[in-house]
Amino acid sequence: MSSLLQHPGHEEESLQRVSDQLPCREVQAGTLLSLMGQYSYPSIFIYGHRSSGKSHVLHVLLKELELPHAPVSCVECVSVALLFEQVLLSFFGADAASLLPRSPSLSDFVRVYRNQCSQSPAEQTRYIVMEKAELLRDADANLLPALLRLQELVEDNVTVILLSEIVWDKFRPNTGCFEPLLLHFPDYSKGELQHILSHDRHPSYSAEFYSSYINILLGVFYSVCRDLRELRHLPHAMNVAFTCFCVSSVKETDTHKLWRNMEPHLKKAMQTVYLREVSSLQWEKMQQMEEKESGALRGLSAHTHVELPYYSKFLLIAAYLASYNPARTDKRFFLKHHGKIRKTNFLKKNEKTSNHLLGPKPFPLDRLLAIFYSVVDSRVAPTASIFSQISSLVTLQLLTQVSHDDQLDAPKYKCAVSMDFICHLYGIYKHLL
Amino acid sequence: VFVVNLWPSIFQGCFVFKPSAKKKKTALSLGALNFQQINNHQQNMFCLCKALQDELNRNILDSLLDFTRKCSSTRQHSDWASQMRASEIPTAALVLGVNVPDHDMTFQSLSDLLQQSVTPHVASVQAKECGALKHLMKRVLERLMDTVVDDEDEEEAEQTSAQLNKSVHCSLSTLCAWYNAKTKRCSHVGDDLQSPPLVIIFKDLEAFNPRVLQDFILICSRYIERLPLMFIFGIATSPSTIQHMLPHSVSSLLCIELFQSLSCTQHLATVIDKLILTPQFPFKLNGKVMQVLISIFLYHDFSVRNFIKGIQLALLEHFHSQPLSVLCCKKKAALLNVMHLGPQDLERIRQLQSFKRYVEKQDPQEQVNLFTDDTHLKEVCQKLIKNLRQYHKNYYPILRCLHTLTSSLPRYPLGKQIRELHLICLDKNIWENEDYQSAMKLLKMLAKDQLIALLQRCEEILQAAKSKNIKMALFMFLNNYYLTVAAEPSPSVEDSITSPVKNLQKKTDLFQLQKTLLEMNESRRSKKLSPFEALRNEALEFIDSLVKSDILPSCSSQTLNEVCYYTSSATVRRHLNATPRTSIQAALNIPYYYLQNDRLKTEDGIVSNAAPDICIVYKLHLECGRLINLYDWLEAYSTVVSAAEGNDPGSDNFGKVDDVKHARFIRAVSELEFLGFIKSTKQKTDHVARLTWGGC
Repeated sequence: MSSLLQHPGHEEESLQRVSDQLPCREVQAGTLLSLMGQYSYPSIFIYGHRSSGKSHVLHVLLKELELPHAPVSCVECVSVALLFEQVLLSFFGADAASLLPRSPSLSDFVRVYRNQCSQSPAEQTRYIVMEKAELLRDADANLLPALLRLQELVEDNVTVILLSEIVWDKFRPNTGCFEPLLLHFPDYSKGELQHILSHDRHPSYSAEFYSSYINILLGVFYSVCRDLRELRHLPHAMNVAFTCFCVSSVKETDTHKLWRNMEPHLKKAMQTVYLREVSSLQWEKMQQMEEKESGALRGLSAHTHVELPYYSKFLLIAAYLASYNPARTDKRFFLKHHGKIRKTNFLKKNEKTSNHLLGPKPFPLDRLLAIFYSVVDSRVAPTASIFSQISSLVTLQLLTQVSHDDQLDAPKYKCAVSMDFICHLYGIYKHLL
Repeated sequence: VFVVNLWPSIFQGCFVFKPSAKKKKTALSLGALNFQQINNHQQNMFCLCKALQDELNRNILDSLLDFTRKCSSTRQHSDWASQMRASEIPTAALVLGVNVPDHDMTFQSLSDLLQQSVTPHVASVQAKECGALKHLMKRVLERLMDTVVDDEDEEEAEQTSAQLNKSVHCSLSTLCAWYNAKTKRCSHVGDDLQSPPLVIIFKDLEAFNPRVLQDFILICSRYIERLPLMFIFGIATSPSTIQHMLPHSVSSLLCIELFQSLSCTQHLATVIDKLILTPQFPFKLNGKVMQVLISIFLYHDFSVRNFIKGIQLALLEHFHSQPLSVLCCKKKAALLNVMHLGPQDLERIRQLQSFKRYVEKQDPQEQVNLFTDDTHLKEVCQKLIKNLRQYHKNYYPILRCLHTLTSSLPRYPLGKQIRELHLICLDKNIWENEDYQSAMKLLKMLAKDQLIALLQRCEEILQAAKSKNIKMALFMFLNNYYLTVAAEPSPSVEDSITSPVKNLQKKTDLFQLQKTLLEMNESRRSKKLSPFEALRNEALEFIDSLVKSDILPSCSSQTLNEVCYYTSSATVRRHLNATPRTSIQAALNIPYYYLQNDRLKTEDGIVSNAAPDICIVYKLHLECGRLINLYDWLEAYSTVVSAAEGNDPGSDNFGKVDDVKHARFIRAVSELEFLGFIKSTKQKTDHVARLTWGGC
């Protein structure tokens, strides 16, 4: 195994530790290692799907080999100042970071970096690892090109490593920039997944048995999910059923029996735990309860019913009607003496497709209120609380305001709830909708 | 929430303008009395409310506390399962219902409790203060660390650039450093909870920008290994909002547990039960006011807090508007206050509707005495007040009894909730109600075990009642009933019916058949009641008589009820359920209504020409069609205003438009446009379009 990771610059022992921690990623780690040397490439761009081991590999490599590095998550850096600060902090310590002026520009950063760098020149290559680099595209236009050739700017032996789930083609700015070295992390194959998952086995089971359990688990879940992080969450969520089986069965080697016992549990978990409808903690509790034949737990989406005040209900129904019916039909639906409408002309061609497929349409406040007054059976005074209910429906996200907040005159709304929700609200009106 | 301190200051303001300044002395002394009373009332009532709310939330708060404790303790375990879960952020989804105004209090007591018993580090954030990730981060850090966090954008911070080196940066790594320092200091003391969790409460999850929330969770999950973070999501609608807001990749970072709070209707029921259906507080609401408050609750907001505020308003209004409210206090104080009543107040008592009714029932000599002799009147008043108190003491237990009996009947003839029954009783004598009759009939059809259970519950209620004299008599009596009823074997109906049927089989004649059936019917009607049925009827008649004697005169027919009952539902409605449009139209139509200037007093439908310009312009525009010619409008306006200035209608200048009038007209028109009555139009030059039709 250690043959995969060989590098003259590092000790055999630490390389061995690295390769132990990076199962199934030896090739990528080897490539990276060969890129990391005394003299390095200015920037490396690594892409691959979520949980394909990008950050993990880098983290382990840099940590175990004790290379100077600055890990930065772009989500966390709400401003560039934070980014600069974190880099300076991890390379030169807190004093350097405090040299940055308020709201620093890129040139401030470069100046401080060069200053510090001349005081403590690099013995080894320094690495800046930027996770979720796709967010850099939304930052200042000059940031990404500058980071790509930071080595030249600061005249230091520094490598910027960008990690992203998106391919480089989507990054390239219009003005052109330095092309980083591209490195792809492919998805794990099924065998590799099984190998990795078998690693975090419960200490009380034998490796072989646990691996066959993982095999069964993957058999069920592999078709819907290949995300390692998600899959890692499953075995221990299923743990109760598994231990329960282990206690009852004598032979650990009987995989067929294991399959027969576990399959129903796995199928059930697919609908709840996998979708995070039920948290792993609750799932565990539920499993324990089931042994006592207790009632089942309901997932998050099972609770969709919302109790609303009387007029709010009708406001929501009116909003739904206004969103899904064309305004032309209002007269026909909500007036008693609407006059005759010729049926042939009534529906335009494009309206023949179901309105539910087209989604809700925006409507002005006046129309909502007009429909509301005709839908509600008693006479309602236009009180302030009716209007405040509309705005509280907006904050509850049952309605969405389409026009800008500042527009006081004739605001427009959209209904944000489904037909099922409306039917729930008012069972009596079901046949009308 | 219950800002008791605020009210007295408002109230002092009210008394300064008390209109009856003729007898200053009495008014002032009464005012002082009133003031004290209100304070007492408020404090009593609203202390109780606070206690109630805490009690109601006890369950859910306790389970939340347990959850936080468990989460922080499992972090310290190192067994396999909790290690595997270490990367998830424990999250409590707290479903509170759509009554958003009530949530504040729940969160307040939650964070207080958390700080007392679990962790000192609690931060609650609201959506409106966290528009961007930076702000959210800043608020969280500020509240957890109790310091001011540096923010680059803020101008004020610019001035303190001298302190630049010390500035705290807005990132979780700062928090990490702070937390490590903090726990290190604590661990020297060596208590068992070495790393108290950092709890972040999102008060209104729905209102948060999903983008911001996702980013925040992503960042937090990077630090979960170093910081024992915990979230509490306050959800108003349904837990599925979490799924709508967070993509799978983010929600998989959370370990969500669901907590469901009590529904607001249950909450209201308890508040009504403890605050209104009790003789403890002398202040009462009459049926109409109750109806207004309850309908605001059910139709508009579901907010218990607003309901209590409504009661508060009614209380203030009552003490402010009714001078005799000095008598609305505890028994001793009330009796004392009667003796202090001035002649003017006694006159007020004589004017009371209920008192007049009372006087009419007395003999002529007594009537004269009541109207002339002040000391006699005071004595009678004391007696009447005692009666009123006694009435209330009896009223509530019996109301509850009646409710237990009727609330399980099919189709709820007297309402499902006790508040409905209370409303019926407040309005008029309940036994005149048809529903009451039908409820009594239904009660007679109840099965034995059901009836016994109900009677048993009634007995418990009566036992708990404080009124001694009725209590003793009553429940002894009831006790007898249901014990004997219970001892009685259920009657065998069969043998009474079978005999005519046997006869029937032999005869096939149609006439005979009819005859037998009639006989059967007759015999069943006149049939002697079984002992059970007799007892049952007796018991129910007893209940009936109780109801008639004690709820007998409905509350509004009690003498001196005006002292305790607040009646002005219109005021409450106007204050709590405002109608802006109606007010604007009232102001424009009848300026006297708000301005109270005698010159503006006019007959209905006519506007005085001395009215403000906007009223005149409004009135003139009502006479126009859809499009209004501005010039004609101006002419008409100028004529009206000229008349107001007292110009001679015959003179040349009359009705001429000068610059001042022109300017005033334009201002009035633009005000109307601002209020939304007209708007400019491109259909015709020099015209504006009218936007409203019909009165309101």
